[in-house]
Amino acid sequence: MQKITIDPITRLEGHGKIVIFLNEEGEVANCYFQVPELRGFETFCVGRPVEEMPRITTRICGVCPEAHHIASAKACDAVYRVEPPSAARKLRELLYSAFFAGDHTLHFYALGGPDFVVGPDAPPAERNILGVIKKVGLEAGGKVIELRKRAQRVVSLVGGKAIHPVTAVPGGVAKPLSAEERDEIIEHTKYFVEFGKFTFAVFNDVVLKNRAYVDMILSDTYTQRVYSMGTVDQNNKVNFYDGLVRVVDPDGEELVKFHPRDYLQVLEEHVEPWTYLKFPFLKRVGWKGFVDGKESGVYFATPLSRLNVADGMATPLAQEEYERMYATLGGKPVHHTLATHWARIIELMYAAERAAELAHDEEIISTHVRTIPTATPSEGVGCVEAPRGTLYHHYVTDERGLLTKVNLIVGTTNNHAPITMSIRKAAFGLIQRGKEISDGVLNRIEMAFRAYDPCFGCATHSLPGKMPLEVQVLDSHGNLLASRKRG
Amino acid sequence: MSKPKLALYWAASCGGCEIAVLDIEEKILDVAGFFDIVFWPCATDFKYKDVEAMPDASIDLCLFNGAIRTSENEAMAHLLRRKSKVLVAFGSCAMDGCIPGLGNLTTRQDTFQWVYSDSPSTGNPAGVRPTTQVSVPEGEIEIPEFYETVRTLAQVVPVEYFVPGCPPQAPQIATVMSAIMQGAKLPPPGSVLGAGEKTCCDECGKPRKEKHLKRFYRYWEIEPSREECLLDQGIVCMGPATRSGCGALCVKANMPCRGCYGAAPNVQDQGIKMISALASVIDSQDPNEINWILDQIPDPVGTFYRFTLPSSMLRRRQFPTKSF
Repeated sequence: MQKITIDPITRLEGHGKIVIFLNEEGEVANCYFQVPELRGFETFCVGRPVEEMPRITTRICGVCPEAHHIASAKACDAVYRVEPPSAARKLRELLYSAFFAGDHTLHFYALGGPDFVVGPDAPPAERNILGVIKKVGLEAGGKVIELRKRAQRVVSLVGGKAIHPVTAVPGGVAKPLSAEERDEIIEHTKYFVEFGKFTFAVFNDVVLKNRAYVDMILSDTYTQRVYSMGTVDQNNKVNFYDGLVRVVDPDGEELVKFHPRDYLQVLEEHVEPWTYLKFPFLKRVGWKGFVDGKESGVYFATPLSRLNVADGMATPLAQEEYERMYATLGGKPVHHTLATHWARIIELMYAAERAAELAHDEEIISTHVRTIPTATPSEGVGCVEAPRGTLYHHYVTDERGLLTKVNLIVGTTNNHAPITMSIRKAAFGLIQRGKEISDGVLNRIEMAFRAYDPCFGCATHSLPGKMPLEVQVLDSHGNLLASRKRG
Repeated sequence: MSKPKLALYWAASCGGCEIAVLDIEEKILDVAGFFDIVFWPCATDFKYKDVEAMPDASIDLCLFNGAIRTSENEAMAHLLRRKSKVLVAFGSCAMDGCIPGLGNLTTRQDTFQWVYSDSPSTGNPAGVRPTTQVSVPEGEIEIPEFYETVRTLAQVVPVEYFVPGCPPQAPQIATVMSAIMQGAKLPPPGSVLGAGEKTCCDECGKPRKEKHLKRFYRYWEIEPSREECLLDQGIVCMGPATRSGCGALCVKANMPCRGCYGAAPNVQDQGIKMISALASVIDSQDPNEINWILDQIPDPVGTFYRFTLPSSMLRRRQFPTKSF
């Protein structure tokens, strides 16, 4: 048996590792995607006052602290059975929409984009954000930096701090927005929408006009039929901040639509000894291992799955592109992992349009932004769509509001099983007996997990550099037979 | 002349420190131009053996963020110490242990029991536990060991400088990097860089009164005035015990400081400093009343040591039947 280790894969939230075993014939025998990390938030939060959770759980991830901040605040609302004033809900959603626009932008340009814009087989030194800028022009690079700067600015105006925002509290937000701040935000959201249009044009020119890319997106190597999960509003349109969670089967039929507080009736997590991260699956269908199809409870929770479960987008420009995507890819649902990039920029446009709507809403500068809780705290679930999947915070407290139990299912965790399967499928399809494991092959395996949006923080780190990946081929005695490294 | 070599690494952290470095915006290009970035896991080739192959003390400056929670974190701390001339504990996790350092209130066993068995979404009747070395049908695979106790970087290897903050604020990072690039003389080893020499209160700007507190409030209970000191209004704010440097961002957003910039200058233990500050403002001589007032602070260790438990005099919770 030969063993190929990719350690660490990069541009992932935290740390990650891929091990691929080859059999004696040099064909892929199996593949493991490991998360070698555990930080124990669920246990050390016990004993903390529940209202501190929006400020503690931000430290789960410095890349998407907004998702934890908002999910946690919603869980606090539920624990205290308090309804935030309408303006507070809108402020939270405004912060969240600006964050989404920034997060998806960086993934598309710095992480996923290079594979398409520069090309999957381009020299690794060019396959990064600098290569993208070279290809689409310096002006485009400036736009990406500008978008990010403006998104961070909106988050800090509403949330107090750009990284680890602080203002969401049980029953609302800690400060209203001033008219001057609102006026500034309106200007930023205009930029977001223009940037969304520009991004559609880039995608159209670079990806859709290239038949080879479209064929790659549609190829079996990057296709697996699993259940889709995502949050929808009362019209079954995609929503990031609030709604019901809908799950559709691989054929697109609704399996269940549930309030997030009922998540335990729908989800269960499987444990494997070779990774610290668990594998959520649909309880009703059951854990059948790392296999796809209707009989397997594996689901995915990404921009693509969110579009798959919805009947459309709630804003006009995003809706237009939504229709175009499904028309181009042969209808709903889509199971081509690489189409996630397309879904992501549709969500980027929705986030931009939604931020603009909220900024123009007169109520956004209302000074009534808090409802003081009066009920005795007990138990609550808060849920949002994080960029990387549905995020659940579940808290139980004593009568003083001190936590006695905390359970979290985090965005990326939803996708642990499907990522493992996508990598395996790509490895099976791309590593062939007797053929050299070229740089392009390695990159195409990486593309399978990259579509799930490993992490925009890491993505932006690619600014000065290259994309690392090392594959070691070991024989059954652990001797190094071949080593290939790029970057 | 060859460029000075720069390395950046993340251990047990959230990634926010890395985003903060990027938030220096266009100045990141100056940094990339001035230094030869030899190691940045998310940006350049990240392999132990590449770093191992470098001569000892060949990295001029290493910014290390994240605490030491796993065997992998610890191995990297030792390796980067050996290879670096100047090692900086960058951000609250590396400097003080930060919020993940609250893990020192629990045990590994309790954490595993909850995460892999007792949590309500987990289905694991066989009691499977992640294990550092596992035999799968195709061979052996490994994951690092999860340690009992979170440690700061300086508790594992000697460190030259400390940059506080969760995360360090981008303007502070930009100032430090500019000074280094302009060849400014570095302060004596052990110094704190990228922060002020006062307390968070000095940056807050809200007028302060002589405090006489008869009770404390949790911030969900009241809507405090934005014009007055939060502590004056009975909301526990860590400002008096916390180093300046962040610009009092949280307080300006009407939320109390939680102490992410660590202990104020010349203060060894942030929590003790805060307890002492509160003791002097409680307006009572009656022991029963004092107890009642203190009971309004429901989680002293998680409040006063939110960011500094591993670096504090407490370091971790002790259990009678267990030694660490």
